[in-house]
Amino acid sequence: MKHLIIGSGPAGVVAAETLRKADPAAEITLLCGEGEPPYARMAIPYLLKGEIEEAGTRIRKDADHYDRLRIQLVQARAKGIDTARRTVDLGGGRQLPFDRLLIATGSHPSLEKIPGMDLPGVHSCWTLEDARTILAEARPGTRIVQMGAGFVGCIIMEGLLSRGVDLTILVRSGYMVRRMMNPTASGLIRKWCEAKGVKVLTHTQPQGLSIKEGVLQVALGEGRTLPADLYLSVVGVDPTLGFLEGSGIEVGHGILVDAAMQTSAPGIYAAGDVAEATDCLTGQRRINAIQPNAVEQGRIAALNMAGKPAQFRGSFVFNVLTTLGLVSSSFGEWQGVPGGESTEVLDEVHYRYLNLQFDGDRLVGANCVGFADHVGAFRGLIEGRVRLGIWKQRLLEDPTRIMQAYLAAAHRVA
Amino acid sequence: MQKSLHIDPNKCTACLQCEMACAWENHRSFTIAKSRIKVFTFHKEGRFVPYTCTQCDEAWCMTACPVDAIRLDPVTGAKIVLEPTCVGCKVCTIACPFGTINYVASTGKVQKCDLCDGEPACAKACPTGAITYVDADWTGLGKMRQWAGKTDTNPATV
Ligand SMILES: Cc1cc2nc3c(=O)[nH]c(=O)nc-3n(C[C@H](O)[C@H](O)[C@H](O)COP(=O)(O)OP(=O)(O)OC[C@H]3O[C@@H](n4cnc5c(N)ncnc54)[C@H](O)[C@@H]3O)c2cc1C
Ligand code: SF4
Ligand code: SF4
Repeated sequence: MKHLIIGSGPAGVVAAETLRKADPAAEITLLCGEGEPPYARMAIPYLLKGEIEEAGTRIRKDADHYDRLRIQLVQARAKGIDTARRTVDLGGGRQLPFDRLLIATGSHPSLEKIPGMDLPGVHSCWTLEDARTILAEARPGTRIVQMGAGFVGCIIMEGLLSRGVDLTILVRSGYMVRRMMNPTASGLIRKWCEAKGVKVLTHTQPQGLSIKEGVLQVALGEGRTLPADLYLSVVGVDPTLGFLEGSGIEVGHGILVDAAMQTSAPGIYAAGDVAEATDCLTGQRRINAIQPNAVEQGRIAALNMAGKPAQFRGSFVFNVLTTLGLVSSSFGEWQGVPGGESTEVLDEVHYRYLNLQFDGDRLVGANCVGFADHVGAFRGLIEGRVRLGIWKQRLLEDPTRIMQAYLAAAHRVA
Repeated sequence: MQKSLHIDPNKCTACLQCEMACAWENHRSFTIAKSRIKVFTFHKEGRFVPYTCTQCDEAWCMTACPVDAIRLDPVTGAKIVLEPTCVGCKVCTIACPFGTINYVASTGKVQKCDLCDGEPACAKACPTGAITYVDADWTGLGKMRQWAGKTDTNPATV
């Protein structure tokens, strides 16, 4: 059996390893699209901070890991898929045949559509190559204008500031990390950033970029401009699926998959940031572009590819974020659900905040700032759809007793 | 036969010897906030519940780690954090549905129970037998690991 995996991010690597365990005799080929050994994008913020070297970003650390598992790494980009002939086109007349195919091509930055995005000094922060460029160009005093304050935008700030740069963040809406955090949590994060010397301009969207006397100019409208040595675009990501054109594989926003992670084409699977699978809270299909979801989907897809039926039971969005040292996290339906109840505690001075959202006596979402202990229990409670019983009332009165509620309701130990 | 920690909350008196032993073993400090085992208090019920990682089969923390910083100890079955490799991204802390792997701000890394190389200090320190280190079959942890209908049909070890 020939297994081919396109994309060597966390989803692709975990799938390859799972395939090897499940099918010792199979041929496994992993396409790496960036000319790099398999690495984790998530490690980039720590590379920027100088805490790790490039080797520290590798998904697996043992040099002979892939050889030992007989996983063949091929440096090439897929250009197209022929579902009938069962080949992947690598361009230049090269083709790779497959019996089972996994598409794990992840996502790529969705750049803002303004003039000047192709100018020198304009970058994203998504690949190892991007990180190298930023490391080379960001020096003490470098003026960086960063468009976007989503979770990636927030996580990379510490690395940037550690290089002594002058940082200005542009936020289109009124709120930082608004896809993860409610206005109170977001407000705390903003206040924290400003206290650390970052300029945050909300309701601000660049109109265009130009170069005047050798310096990048960011036009903000109404005649306002900001000079910049470096412009970073971190406004969000889109699934990488351009090469699917003409393949007949069904796509929505991402590649549509069933519970076996199979696409509309039999024997062809998708996993990770590129896949649109079921959300276990809403029941709707969505892309859930987070690391834990990528590895879980990679694993489930691989088991099915190896002929061992496994079902993806759906995922939900949860994320943890450190912004210049302030830890925050977001779980599930943090905005609340119709007819639901909520409770919160706020200690603005110490940057601590906890907000819980309930549907009946179940926890369905949460926002935490400054609370980092035992946060996994939020996942346990939400994904396990645990009924809180009397503990719901106790949590409404004191949300910080979340761990007691979890032990009592989920483990029945009290 | 692999062993695991067996916890019997009925015997716990909240003396916190386990927390102190753990903090000492791993941080050479008696600051119990640094302990990897925590005793949770239920005032109304007058109950104390020691709680730590069960070294679950699914090992959500280990699979979620983007940089291979959590490894399986083949002898004890413990999932162990390799501190020099950990970048402190905390994704494991939200991936573990039991809340038993935690970030330590002073080191910038995460920590979890590693079974002390097969001689858990907490079990040794517990004066009442609330925490014991026994053959895995006895502990009933299997039940806890299956809790919440996690993917027992799709274990990570396949
Ligand atoms: C700076 C940063 C910080 C992050 N922090 C977090 C975090 O704290 N928590 C979290 O949950 N997530 C975080 N993420 C997101 C996380 O990295 C992604 O969710 C995860 O990488 C998704 O894994 P994946 O395998 O699906 O895709 P990717 O990691 O994107 O891997 C896809 C791979 O496919 C390759 N590829 C693409 N197209 C082709 C092609 N045509 N041919 C061959 N190969 C191709 C790419 O080169 C890449 O190697 C962060 C991302 C960044 C950039
Ligand atoms: S920390 Fe959590 S996920 Fe990791 S082995 Fe322990 S119980 Fe399992
Ligand atoms: S915090 Fe450390 S151990 Fe946990 S996932 Fe991140 S790198 Fe791995």
